[in-house]
Amino acid sequence: MDDSKYNSIDEELLLRPILKTSKWFYVSIAILFSIAMFAVWVWYHQWTTGLGVTGMNRPVFWGIYITNFVFFIGISHAGTLISAILRLCQAEWRRSITRAAEVITVLVLFFGVFNIIVDLGRPDRALNVLKHGQFRSPLLWDVTSISVYLFASSTYLLLPLIPDIAILRERKTRLRWLYRLLSFGWTGSDKQKHRLEKAISIMAILVIPIAISVHTVVSWVFGMTVQPMWHSTIFGPYFVVGAIYSGMAALLVAMAIIRKVYHLERYIMEVHFNNLGKLLLVFTLLWFYFTFTEYLTTFYGSEPTHMTVFYSKLTGQFAPVFWVMVLCCFVIPLAILVRKKTRTPAGCVVASVAITIGMWIERFTIVVPTLVNPRLPYPRGIYHPTWVEWSITAGCFAFFILLYMAFTKVFPIVSIWEIKEGREISVSQTAERVKTYLPA
Amino acid sequence: MARWGMVIDLDKCTACGTCMAACREENNIPASGPDLAGEGRSIFWMDMLTITEGEYPNVKKRMLPRPCFHCDNPPCTKVCPVGATYKNDEGLVAQIYSRCIGCRYCVNGCPYNAKYFNWYPPRFRDDEKKHLNPDVSVRPKGVVEKCSFCSHRLVRVREKATAENREIADGDYTTACQDACPAKAISFGDLDNPYSEVSRLAHSVRAFTLLEDLGTRPKVYYLTEGEKHGRFKI
Repeated sequence: MDDSKYNSIDEELLLRPILKTSKWFYVSIAILFSIAMFAVWVWYHQWTTGLGVTGMNRPVFWGIYITNFVFFIGISHAGTLISAILRLCQAEWRRSITRAAEVITVLVLFFGVFNIIVDLGRPDRALNVLKHGQFRSPLLWDVTSISVYLFASSTYLLLPLIPDIAILRERKTRLRWLYRLLSFGWTGSDKQKHRLEKAISIMAILVIPIAISVHTVVSWVFGMTVQPMWHSTIFGPYFVVGAIYSGMAALLVAMAIIRKVYHLERYIMEVHFNNLGKLLLVFTLLWFYFTFTEYLTTFYGSEPTHMTVFYSKLTGQFAPVFWVMVLCCFVIPLAILVRKKTRTPAGCVVASVAITIGMWIERFTIVVPTLVNPRLPYPRGIYHPTWVEWSITAGCFAFFILLYMAFTKVFPIVSIWEIKEGREISVSQTAERVKTYLPA
Repeated sequence: MARWGMVIDLDKCTACGTCMAACREENNIPASGPDLAGEGRSIFWMDMLTITEGEYPNVKKRMLPRPCFHCDNPPCTKVCPVGATYKNDEGLVAQIYSRCIGCRYCVNGCPYNAKYFNWYPPRFRDDEKKHLNPDVSVRPKGVVEKCSFCSHRLVRVREKATAENREIADGDYTTACQDACPAKAISFGDLDNPYSEVSRLAHSVRAFTLLEDLGTRPKVYYLTEGEKHGRFKI
């Protein structure tokens, strides 16, 4: 088969999700939408009654909203960072998965920010951070860093979309006005292609330090205080590793669903799961390394206030969640990903679901146990999240999935032009490149 | 400029709780009632810290009245994203209720847990509403509050002193807890004035502050009970 034949098959298969929609799509949208709307109503209830409707109290002033915030911002590292690194490394197998990753980043960031706003006692005054912003506060570093990240990752998502939008513009589909607007007059000329390539590579380089700064700064919200087991220099890199780890897991789950639902087995192949699975394995080990270092240092130093928090996690009231975290973040993924036989799409999904759950728990065991055990001999805290907090959390997940699904109905979730480019240019280019590595 | 501070003599303190009650009256702090207390949502600008030392049968309870320590190096003001808590010109750690966004970062930053959050709108009984202190604003739901060292009193004292064209004298500026204490265990005044009672007591060998090694430099000192107890360390 020649290239042009392939091209038409690519277009047809990859545009099919946009052109044809099954009734199950609408059913799922309806279910997700009702969960999200219920969460909006619950938030209204919380807004009018006060944060008393949550399980938070003194001294546990932060609960699962802050856990969600750290978790969602962590997931956002799925996309941009992985896609940027793979692009810069010229990893050719990236082509069919970069977009699925980048969309996660842009969408999930909103839910990270939303959870902070939900957590505020006075959400109506949220804009005070601009009006009276105080740069000494790590929270303001967050605001800055996340805004920049949102802007950069949206640009980074949009740029490689332009040629695909131009393909859609030529088709007789709905939303043509949108495609006409967002294709920015793309004609596919050499000059345009050259500029686009350049812009994409500049953005790919830019987003890496921005992404790393985002989760470092999130960790500093805790690290900059003097509270036991928060005040840790390792938190920056520890959070970044955890973020990429959970982000990749989320990406693998998304890939598996897209592949199954839209029948894209030809594009999202076993090799993608195998390769990402290997990368995930590296991060499983990194996660263990960081966790082990953090806890051993605390244990060996054995300062009483730190040990109170330490034991409340390892053997005390948080022991069940702590050990489930170790199981989900380390034992299960390691057992699955270490063997090639189990590093299949199904195996990767099991590992990824475990990691996603485990990483949420990890964020929880960082935020809450420290607050439950104040330094001074006050009564120990008790924290049970209420239905309000769980509903809003569920609403965030539902609304995120809904937006993701909606995206796949408007834009191709696998980059068409990049697949084409792979066929047309990369095969020969890569061969040329390999030749240059060889001794003359 | 004065450095306002407090000394609490634990030898004189009987842990009767009058300071807590007087503070509640003075600063319009709604009584929480059993429901909110059970949820862990009561507000105490002046709290009673209870420390149990030793094991049965040699158990000892120590009680420390605990206001806000108005640290010279406050960990709470640093982390506020909007400057709603800050060290004011008088060196007091102040709160701007109308600016606070209720993120509770300062609350979590305070190693003494001296800050409180309004989980609900304030609840006063009708008869209480008639007797609110007009000098102290009632805090709305969703903001952080804490002991202010009765800073509304300082405003009055300073106005009076300025009108009479003099400096504030030792004993002019008092706090509600100090006034109410039947044992006169609480002294208050300028720590930098070598002739003030509070500075004399703060230099006593019995004086200590809580969690000294954190470097927060609290402006509330305790005088340890007798000679034999030594300093209180955690």
